[in-house]
Amino acid sequence: MATSPSPPADRTPPALHDRAIADLKFIRETMESAAAFTTLSGLGLIAIGLSALGAGVLAGPAPGPGWLRVWIAEAALALVVGVLSTLWKTRIARLPMLAGPLRKFGQALGAPCLAGAVLTAALARADVHAVLPGVWLMLYGSGLLAGGVFSIRLVPVMGACFLALGVAAVFAPPALGAGAMVVGFGGLHVLFGILVARGHGG
Amino acid sequence: MAEPAPRKRRPERPAPAPPALRGVRGDTGPDAARELDALLHHRMRLGMVSALAAAESLAFNDLKAVLQTSDGNLSVHARKLEDAGYVTCTKTFENRRPRTDYRLTARGRQALGRYVGHMESIIRATKDTLGR
Repeated sequence: MATSPSPPADRTPPALHDRAIADLKFIRETMESAAAFTTLSGLGLIAIGLSALGAGVLAGPAPGPGWLRVWIAEAALALVVGVLSTLWKTRIARLPMLAGPLRKFGQALGAPCLAGAVLTAALARADVHAVLPGVWLMLYGSGLLAGGVFSIRLVPVMGACFLALGVAAVFAPPALGAGAMVVGFGGLHVLFGILVARGHGG
Repeated sequence: MAEPAPRKRRPERPAPAPPALRGVRGDTGPDAARELDALLHHRMRLGMVSALAAAESLAFNDLKAVLQTSDGNLSVHARKLEDAGYVTCTKTFENRRPRTDYRLTARGRQALGRYVGHMESIIRATKDTLGR
């Protein structure tokens, strides 16, 4: 009588408690990933875009010290609006405020923004304001591309658009730089804000 | 040579729980393994319910991206959860393109809560046993 081969050691069912621990970890990680997909506020992006359009009008067409002050104030305002709108959407939709994905997104976006701040100080001190629009757009686009891994597909697409616009701004005549800022931080934010609001619940 | 007639297989009985778990009180009952929700014990379905518990609703493509799975696999398991009344499915058109959204029902949320409770009880029971 033939005997059936004994099952290989690696096919032994895991102990019940090991499976339980793995399941709870899986549930938590899946909930974090799903929450990251929905906490980005499209209305917040629209608000940021509209304020950037206003900043573009205030700052004027020629990059310089006054132009820079307006855009720095706009960046600070955008940061506040972004955080508040995310909190608002999380509360309205009764989503869990999970730190994991937001922290990852913040780290991915924060590093290029920090690099941008240092470069801005260095370039402004050297009085090379004309390069700033390209630098800002490219670094912000890189941050969105990296942070977009933890969010909806529209975010990395928006990052790619910012990156492409930044590259164009670097090689375009200096007079077009200020316009690229308005198109990017104003137009792209409004456009993608509408898409996010329509497709992902506000 | 003719193949032997297939023997009628007896239905498999679920494996008994480890002795340490038999005396667990609370959510697990006398036999934790047997009381688990078989529908949620599958990784893909557990992932779908967990993802939908964290979001008000998710589109098919978003859910597919969260769970990193294929269209076919997601559809099959979504149908099983729908049949059990754990999720609802809404089909609409957006810019003339079909769009499918999933939402967790109250029943699905309760089932996930029960499942998590079972898992926690199993872990507690194991800790208690080790602590003796």
